[in-house]
Amino acid sequence: MQKLIKNGSLTDNHWTILKVASGPEVLQAAPGKSFIVPLQFWKKYQDEIQDYNGNIAVWLDSDERPEQIGERLQKLQLIALNFPLFTDGRSYSNARELRQRFEFKGEIRAIGDVLRDQLYFMSRCGFDAFDLRQDQDPQLCLQAFTDFKTAYQSSIAEPDPLFRRR
Amino acid sequence: MYKYDGYDHQMLADRVVQFQDQTDRFIAGKLSDAEFLPLRLQNGLYIQRLAPMLRVAVPYGMLSSAQLRKLAFIANHYDKGYAHFTTRQNIQFNWPNLEEVPELLGHLAEVEMHAIQTSGNCIRNTTTDQFAGVAVDELEDSRGYCEIIRQWSTFHPEFAFLPRKFKIAVCGTAVDQAATQVHDIGIYLVPGPEGEVGFRILAGGGLGRTPVIGQEIFEYIEKQHLLTALDAILRVYNREGRRDNKYKARIKILVRETGVEEFRNKVLKEWDLIKDSSLMLTEDEIQRCKSFFTDPAYRELENNPPQLTKYLSQDLLFTNWHQQNVHPHKIKGYAIVTVCFKETGVAPGDVTDIQLQQLAELADEHSFGEIRVSHKQNIVLADVPQDELYTLWKRLKSGAMATHNLGLLTDMICCPGGDFCALANAKSIPIAESIQRTFSDHEELKNIGEVNINISGCMNACGHHHVGNIGILGVDKKGEEFYQVSLGGSSKNSASLGKIIGPSFSQQQIPEVIEKIIAVYKTNREADERFIDTYQRIGMDPFKEIVYAKAD
Ligand code: SF4
Repeated sequence: MQKLIKNGSLTDNHWTILKVASGPEVLQAAPGKSFIVPLQFWKKYQDEIQDYNGNIAVWLDSDERPEQIGERLQKLQLIALNFPLFTDGRSYSNARELRQRFEFKGEIRAIGDVLRDQLYFMSRCGFDAFDLRQDQDPQLCLQAFTDFKTAYQSSIAEPDPLFRRR
Repeated sequence: MYKYDGYDHQMLADRVVQFQDQTDRFIAGKLSDAEFLPLRLQNGLYIQRLAPMLRVAVPYGMLSSAQLRKLAFIANHYDKGYAHFTTRQNIQFNWPNLEEVPELLGHLAEVEMHAIQTSGNCIRNTTTDQFAGVAVDELEDSRGYCEIIRQWSTFHPEFAFLPRKFKIAVCGTAVDQAATQVHDIGIYLVPGPEGEVGFRILAGGGLGRTPVIGQEIFEYIEKQHLLTALDAILRVYNREGRRDNKYKARIKILVRETGVEEFRNKVLKEWDLIKDSSLMLTEDEIQRCKSFFTDPAYRELENNPPQLTKYLSQDLLFTNWHQQNVHPHKIKGYAIVTVCFKETGVAPGDVTDIQLQQLAELADEHSFGEIRVSHKQNIVLADVPQDELYTLWKRLKSGAMATHNLGLLTDMICCPGGDFCALANAKSIPIAESIQRTFSDHEELKNIGEVNINISGCMNACGHHHVGNIGILGVDKKGEEFYQVSLGGSSKNSASLGKIIGPSFSQQQIPEVIEKIIAVYKTNREADERFIDTYQRIGMDPFKEIVYAKAD
């Protein structure tokens, strides 16, 4: 299985992404696991899966919005944001909104077309975990976070833009 | 001029290393074409019909003499001794080898230059009036704000993969020379209710296939809100701009499809959330950025000194040039000089390495070591003492840089077109040349007066044909190159888009068509009406009638 980058180092990935899921019985059939379920599934069945004895997270596609997750957003330990294509920049805005407006403290994971050359920007928008595309070399990807030593904009780690720090 | 500090230098150095690594991986086959494409575009590198093309950023058009010398070196070393000024105040090189580009970027970094975000679906170089800081009719120098925007937009992590390219222009003068209303975002410095200068912000303007004038999003905001307002507009666009069709992906389509009211509401909703965040500008930062654009050490001089008036009465050629190419300066005894390169036979915007060297020298000797690039592909020496104008002119003349056609018919805007650009439907440079040849008599040009002709080789409108008083667009008709002519466009304050006159013409017909159009204007003009005034008064019909009249 492809390694996961989390908080700047390689780790094993225990989560399974459910790309599509028909109903809650999918989860009941596999007790004690960790699943990332699609937003639409979550919206329909969130009440029914509350007592599932494993872990549940939600993933949003690039045309979906954090506000659609609803009231339980803050209780989630992980939200995954999909990049259907690395050139689709919408999930960057979702990540920033999760961190800045919702002050979400859990893990924000990039999934989908996640490539080395976009990791730096992703991390600055608030992503802290990266489920790399199969062909990516995880060791090489680790270097991406230091592509730049400094930046003009604020980031999650650096709440002030450069002009307030100069 | 803005001076880099340790932070700015660090970012540029990191960028050079990053692009070297990306290029190496691409050459080694570890990055696919599709993956390398946006990376190289965000570094200004195109793979063109004949050779790669590298577009170098000239932030809001300002260049120092040291930078000019470096550009001359690059033109000589990596190009064939040429560089090309674009209609967005940038400069392009046409023949660099891919493997050499990182090295070339290293040279640029030495003089605080780069190719960052000069292409690709990101926020591009911010442009402004080429007379910023010296114009007589200026409310406030726009360049400090351009620099603030440059820093905010450089490597903005959220907006590196927008639906489409994004261009911002800022205007602080009464007469808009920056084509501000046809940008994705257009920013005007305006006085507020209490007289405090702030910003009026338009969004959704643009040329291309569907030309539109921008619509007002913020009627007035105070200075400290500049970046939060931009951030809010960009966030709405990044999320909602169309990504299913490249031709409908610009913000102008989003604004139109959403409706400006609704779009404004969405922006205001975003803005409300971030307006008081750390992105709100501080007075310190505004002052810091403005402090790089203070007046140079002007001397106390008189207007119209004898060293000027003497030659004005003696040398007719000098007088012609002075009339067309020299503008009044806010400081007594100084003048603004526009250097035109649009000699017949030379593509608009093209300069040689030798001319770049000469310009650097002239800037050092006569204009405090700085020049500006205008969106009309000319060069401006902004601070020339009036008593040095004659000497300057003579030296420009010896370097073939004293064309005195500024603002006249032969001072055209023209994109690289079919000779260089892979997207072109038709050639554009030969069209410009054929018009220049037809109108070669300077007295006649002066008689015709102010009229601008803008030429684009395809719908992408790099030559801004929609806002030319006369616009020419290359179209493809069953594999043959044809040209569509439009009249009545303008990029000034009362910006307007040209209307197509009728069926398109062949390359050979164009000079004659332009002659006929000008003839109609001359017969109909009243007093000192400009071409655009006459057109607006009499409308399209008289032009149409003559242009398409059957020969007897
Ligand atoms: S207008 Fe078309 S032909 Fe001209 S430079 Fe732009 S893309 Fe190329």
